[in-house]
Amino acid sequence: MSWFQKLMPSRIRTEGGSSERSRSVPEGLWTKCDACSAVLYRPEVERNMEVCPKCGHHLRIGARRRLELLLDENTRHEIGADIQPVDALKFKDSKKYKDRLVQAQKGTGEHDALVAMSGSIKGLPVVAAAFEFAFMGGSMGSVVGERFVRAADVSLQERIPLICFSASGGARMQEALFSLMQMAKTSAALARLREEGIPFISVLTDPTMGGVSASLAMLGDVNVAEPGALIGFAGPRVIEQTVRETLPEGFQRSEFLLEHGAIDIIMDRREMRDRLPALLAMLTHRPSPETRHLTTEAEPEPTA
Amino acid sequence: MSLNFLEFERPIAELEAKLDELRFVGDDNHLNISEEINRLQAKSRQLTEQIFSSLDAWQISQLARHPQRPYTMDYVTRIFTEFEELHGDRAYADDQAIIGGVARLDGLPVMVIGHQKGRDTKEKIRRNFGMPRPEGYRKALRLMEMAERFKLPVLTFIDTPGAYPGVGAEERGQSEAIARNLLVMSKLRTPIVCTVIGEGGSGGALAIGVGDRVLMLSYSTYSVISPEGCASILWKSADRAADAAEAMGITAPRLKSLGLVDDVIEEPLGGAHRDVDVMAERLKNSLLEQLSGLNTTPVNALLDQRYQRLMSFGNFKD
Repeated sequence: MSWFQKLMPSRIRTEGGSSERSRSVPEGLWTKCDACSAVLYRPEVERNMEVCPKCGHHLRIGARRRLELLLDENTRHEIGADIQPVDALKFKDSKKYKDRLVQAQKGTGEHDALVAMSGSIKGLPVVAAAFEFAFMGGSMGSVVGERFVRAADVSLQERIPLICFSASGGARMQEALFSLMQMAKTSAALARLREEGIPFISVLTDPTMGGVSASLAMLGDVNVAEPGALIGFAGPRVIEQTVRETLPEGFQRSEFLLEHGAIDIIMDRREMRDRLPALLAMLTHRPSPETRHLTTEAEPEPTA
Repeated sequence: MSLNFLEFERPIAELEAKLDELRFVGDDNHLNISEEINRLQAKSRQLTEQIFSSLDAWQISQLARHPQRPYTMDYVTRIFTEFEELHGDRAYADDQAIIGGVARLDGLPVMVIGHQKGRDTKEKIRRNFGMPRPEGYRKALRLMEMAERFKLPVLTFIDTPGAYPGVGAEERGQSEAIARNLLVMSKLRTPIVCTVIGEGGSGGALAIGVGDRVLMLSYSTYSVISPEGCASILWKSADRAADAAEAMGITAPRLKSLGLVDDVIEEPLGGAHRDVDVMAERLKNSLLEQLSGLNTTPVNALLDQRYQRLMSFGNFKD
């Protein structure tokens, strides 16, 4: 180790080992954009909602941070926070599922891969949920399914819209068929919202694949995607192995999905706090959040 | 039809080969060796019973994919009358990996929908090995909504390695097609009975698998990912498929004990392909039994029960 490396704070030193890892430095002061490779000052990226200030590339963002950026301060109430995963099948591959859970919990500070909250956006009451991709690839198991259903139930009871930000590799293999059934469970909950005319906006972020894409994420009354997100049913590697040819540039990216009619809107993350409530206000026959803001006193509160 | 034996059935195969030889010799020489033949037949049966009494999950998944395994149409011709196949999704194509149509079950009109695999190479390709594309799921959806309009119970037969992972399938919205079926099936106002007859491969199976009752044949499997797929991701080697099959608990009795499946229909000794008629008879009886209960339940109560059933799936601490 050179004298220079010795001088570096240990957290930078350990992360700087390989070029691959330096891309996702969680704590260092400097980071690199996955898309344009620009070296970026971390606090600036944070201020910019984890969007590259140079090229507009949307970096991945934690679930809790996402909801904090979206929902008005002092309005947030977490839903189903106490629901915790159990290893009912005693699943063990090269590692025990139990140990994987503990590791993911330590790494993310979350109990599982979905965080749900009620709150408001610019005064418009909503329920919002977000997948935590850093928790076992945002995989959907029993806890994710149950929390999603509880969030949908709050939407139903309070008759307020539901928004879900998905970021997931799909179903959680370690929960075997139970995880597959979460697809049916979450879809059934959304069927009830539909019947009751309560809007659901699905925001698909990078990546949304497999069982999550093939259930709740594609069932939005409005499907929104962040720019450049990988979205699809089968992973690109699986498809490549099946069709035995290299896939075209941009395959399964948001722009590809928009072109093929699978999503309604590609929306910049930094505009969501304005555009999502505006959209929801129209679907629920409320005044625009902008004007609403000025007449807060006169507005009747939603039934809660 | 000569039987196709799996690796773990080799001792049975050897015995059966010996039996065939004896029968051949017997025909030729007019010798009375029937006693010997009877003895060997009994032994073969005993051996089969012994081997099949302790199959592991991986052996069962091989049976579920057995080349002679009866497919949906094999049951349709034996169980139903007046089957009229209906084609196409009215938008893009007729996906032959899923078949559907109206038929009578003991006189009662029903809607039949199932995955269909091919028997010979040409048919396998036409049926895309039982792996549907979005238009297959959309055809199924169209038929289910039609069943709702005409108050026909829906009977689905599940037998697929999974939804097809291809470029065109992605372009035409494979995810959305599956998701929409889950949504619609959860509130379809007519009874739905789903039976896994072979491979229950992940989302591609579930897309016609949401209903009031889910049944499985005893040597069928149902899983979130194929054992090979699971092994290559979690063990980094597809060779560990047997371990993955065991860990995921993909067999009918296991899934029943976990409360994910309502009933297991016992297969004939050696598997459904050894006696398709008997298997079809048992399946038919089981379907009739399930339907007689569901048909008398008022639709709203049925939907409530279906919803509660779906909501009960999951393990967590609260």
